[in-house]
Amino acid sequence: MAKLFAITIIIIAIGSAIPIVQHTWWLSEDISTHGHPIDEQMSETMAEAGISFLASQILLAIFIWQYSKPRPGEKIKNFPGGAGGLVIAAFLLVGTEVLALGAFGAKAWASIYLTPPAANAIPIQVQAGQFAFYFRYPGPDGTFGPVHPEMISEANQNFFGLDTDHDADAKDDIVAAEMAIPVNREIHLLMHSKDVGHSFHVPELRVHQDFVPGLDLSIHFTATKVGKYEIVCTQLCGLGHYNMKAYLYVMSQDDFDNWLKKEAALQ
Amino acid sequence: MATTVQPPKIEERRRPNRPSTDSGNGGGRNSVPAEGNLRAVKEHAPPPASTGIWVGLAAIGMTFLALTSALVVRKGSALDWRHFTLPSILYFNTLLLLASSVTLEVARRQVAGFMGGSRGKDANPARWLYVTLAFGLMFVAGQYIAWRQLSAQGLYLATNPSSSFFYVLTAAHALHVFGGLGGLIRVIHKLKQLTLRRSTLDATSRYWHFMDVLWIYLLWLLWAKL
Amino acid sequence: MHDMSHVAHHAPPTSFIRKHVFSIDHKVIGKQYYGLALAAVLIGMFLSWLMRIHLGWTNFAIPGLHWLSANGAPGDVMTPEYYLQLMTMHGTIMVFFVLTTAPFAAFGNYFLPIQVGAEDMPFPHFNMMSFWVTFVAFLVMVASFFTADGPTLGGWTQYAPLSAVGAVSGPGQGMGVVLWAASIAIFCVGQLFGSLNFITTTLDMRTKGMSLWRLPLSTWGWFITSIMGLTAFAVLMPACILLILDHVAGTSFFVASNLVLNDQLQPHSGGSTLLWQHLFWFFGHPEVYIAILPAMGIVSHVLVANMRRPMLSHRVLVYSMGALAVLSYMVYGHHMFVSGMNPISSIAFSFPTLIITIPSTIIVLIWLGSLYGSRLRINTASLFALGMISMFISGGVSGFFLAQPSLDIMLHATYFVVGHFHLVMAVAAIFGIFSGTYFWFPKMYGRMMNETIGKIHFWLTFVGAYCIFMPFHYLGLAGNIRRYQAFVDDYLQPLIPVHRFITVAALATGAAQLLFLYNLIHSRFWGEPAPDNPWEATSLEWSTPTTPPPYDNFGGKLPVVYHDPYQYGIEGSTGDYVMQTSPEQIKTVGDEA
Repeated sequence: MAKLFAITIIIIAIGSAIPIVQHTWWLSEDISTHGHPIDEQMSETMAEAGISFLASQILLAIFIWQYSKPRPGEKIKNFPGGAGGLVIAAFLLVGTEVLALGAFGAKAWASIYLTPPAANAIPIQVQAGQFAFYFRYPGPDGTFGPVHPEMISEANQNFFGLDTDHDADAKDDIVAAEMAIPVNREIHLLMHSKDVGHSFHVPELRVHQDFVPGLDLSIHFTATKVGKYEIVCTQLCGLGHYNMKAYLYVMSQDDFDNWLKKEAALQ
Repeated sequence: MATTVQPPKIEERRRPNRPSTDSGNGGGRNSVPAEGNLRAVKEHAPPPASTGIWVGLAAIGMTFLALTSALVVRKGSALDWRHFTLPSILYFNTLLLLASSVTLEVARRQVAGFMGGSRGKDANPARWLYVTLAFGLMFVAGQYIAWRQLSAQGLYLATNPSSSFFYVLTAAHALHVFGGLGGLIRVIHKLKQLTLRRSTLDATSRYWHFMDVLWIYLLWLLWAKL
Repeated sequence: MHDMSHVAHHAPPTSFIRKHVFSIDHKVIGKQYYGLALAAVLIGMFLSWLMRIHLGWTNFAIPGLHWLSANGAPGDVMTPEYYLQLMTMHGTIMVFFVLTTAPFAAFGNYFLPIQVGAEDMPFPHFNMMSFWVTFVAFLVMVASFFTADGPTLGGWTQYAPLSAVGAVSGPGQGMGVVLWAASIAIFCVGQLFGSLNFITTTLDMRTKGMSLWRLPLSTWGWFITSIMGLTAFAVLMPACILLILDHVAGTSFFVASNLVLNDQLQPHSGGSTLLWQHLFWFFGHPEVYIAILPAMGIVSHVLVANMRRPMLSHRVLVYSMGALAVLSYMVYGHHMFVSGMNPISSIAFSFPTLIITIPSTIIVLIWLGSLYGSRLRINTASLFALGMISMFISGGVSGFFLAQPSLDIMLHATYFVVGHFHLVMAVAAIFGIFSGTYFWFPKMYGRMMNETIGKIHFWLTFVGAYCIFMPFHYLGLAGNIRRYQAFVDDYLQPLIPVHRFITVAALATGAAQLLFLYNLIHSRFWGEPAPDNPWEATSLEWSTPTTPPPYDNFGGKLPVVYHDPYQYGIEGSTGDYVMQTSPEQIKTVGDEA
């Protein structure tokens, strides 16, 4: 039975590794300017974790096989180097590995979250609410009109609570249920939650940020490839959470300008 | 039932001096010499009541630490924190609680003295315990008056985050003081039955003094933040 | 002589109620906790079956589901909210009433006092209360199934404001949340009573000769865990109270201003969304170590007996377990990397999270290193212990990814996380429980469990668990978001077949657990009578005068301990082990020369 167990462990370990090595299921393609360090970090970590995983499972299997064999008269043996050796190995190997991962990862993280948006980044506001995302563009005047929470009404389709009668800034704001952005232009995404916690995630864009009710946050990113992508909510927000999504269209600058004009006409 | 183990011959028994690849677990270090010296365990471990009360106080302390951090975070998270003046009866209540600790200590030392063999004349620990109980009850009553004074000003639990924390902190503390009162009553009962253990009294006193110290801390917190 | 005068010696109980219901005997309390955990795991597993069927086949009408909830499953088809409600109850019941209860409260209550050589715990009435308080907490949790709109749907993590703003945020978010929070607050109190006893027993009630370093590894697991429980549960309880106040008293601890739900401006103002997360995860991360440490202790204990040698280093193992406990308080922010907290905090939390891999690695390496050169015995208990090592390795390596904020951008809230925590908690910790059960059942009931059925149970569970949870990681890498009741996004469509495979594996593995249930019940009454020390083990529980142990554990005569708990592999003697209570002259074998 021990031998069967050992073989099973090895089969499971190698079997589990195959889809990883083959990238059978893997990250989506990266269409961002900042995503490369993330993907590199992922591959690096996968290699190190994979080696640790395989080595320890195989070692476990070997030891089960070897030491369950009846060996009458043989004495108990200590692992060479003893516990001290293993502790040192853990500190040196795992310690340096994780510190390296931590340092490089911190760099990648800081380049995304601790850098300010460019001065000419396009500001777009996204509001998350049960169970849809709505997007607001500032319009030709470049400013967002103030939000009046008491005026928010799904029924009247006044998603942002804009008072177009009294607020000049709000008159030219463009509200849409889909997000369009021009390719290769930095976007400054202002995030606001209408009700409970939500999250903004576009896997291909390598962006992920929770909305925090009561806190207005922002992220910034640049898309490098034209296409249609999905924005999904990843923070449990109620019964419609699974269905809370919006499409992100990355377009050429011209297409984007046309889109904006079209949306403005629909307001 | 243990398997009968033949002891090794005396001359085979050795304290190995090998380098410790078996860190701390191998032969010799933990073995028993034939002379029968048992590995030292303190002959008298602390009475469990003593350890137990520290465990309880640690948990209570963590609870109030959590509430403190909640207060600090909540205060800083929005602009709606309204300061208000603490009802002055709180300071009087503080004196009551401090006095109760003093009287409890007197009682405790008198009892300790009895158990130690000495007998002070006029020593009447039961009376001092009753006084402690009275002070404790007056403290709780005084806290209740403080709440009434606050609500007379229109400051209720949900009026403002500052008032919310006032009620939550003082109520949580008062609840634990109630527990302490229960402990005191138990001690008085056992004293009268002559079944009171020193450790029980010490543990109860420690709890009560902690309620004191905790209250001073809370009072400072409320005064500083509210 | 150890001063026992302060411990009241209780006469054995005579009435049925005192013997089996309101008992102050730690052994009975341990068995009661085990029974509670068993009931809870069956419920939790049943809920997971319903979830998995729905995930594989979203519009499938599960026969009879409408009896469970007419609202939640009209026409036997699960509604989206009902899925979330079942999911929330699944997580909550499993984490609290199974993983905290079984390895810690059940086995710990039964065996800690015996392993330290005590008659009972020093506060037996508090101990009895700890069980009954936990039981009441369980009833309150289950009661939420029977409210008008069902239990809360906010996940076991109950993030505010979804959890705090009230019924307007969804079905079950009114009374359901209040019952959830009340249940958890009550549960915390029960655990604190338990910690009180575990800590004082370990520190103050050890018998003569039992120094701290002579405690078995299982005792260390329970002892370290009980200290953690003290601090972690003491923080969760006030958090739950504040949550209840936001519901019933109109306060705004967690609910921010200007929230609009159902087109209505909510009356709250100024509350902090992140405050709940900080309080919850300050508890939540230590909680997962509370779940795994006793299992590590139990597995170590079982392994030693089955390797016929002590651990390569007993002390290093203990220090590493302690290091895990200490570090676990510094890492909780890794649940909040993209939560909106200061990004610098994310970097700060990632370092201790990465560093905590070191003691975890040391523990695994010590286990592996101890297997080397051992005389490994294979039985169901040791199989589950070895299986736990494999599962812990698998679950542990995914931690490398989740410790890094930059990778969390891709993995947060995906099935990768779900795979990670299921492997370490649902599988590794449960394997610890299984291992302990097969190992200690003979001592608790005087009968052996059936080895053949046990081995079949092991094989089906080991392979089945990998079939279920390994694919979760692939799903996560592909971006499959968690807590979705159905997969409607375009990019998720190709992953649905994987979900169906997982569902089949889950149902099969779940069915295999019936073998365990059968084995437990059958062996209890008709199992082969067990000797006092069937595993030829050395720690104090195997030296009780009777099996099961008598009411006061040692028949009035406390044992005297002469050496370490794991005197196996003895050189120079005809047997290969010496019991802790044996004054025989001993010497352990380190290396061969």
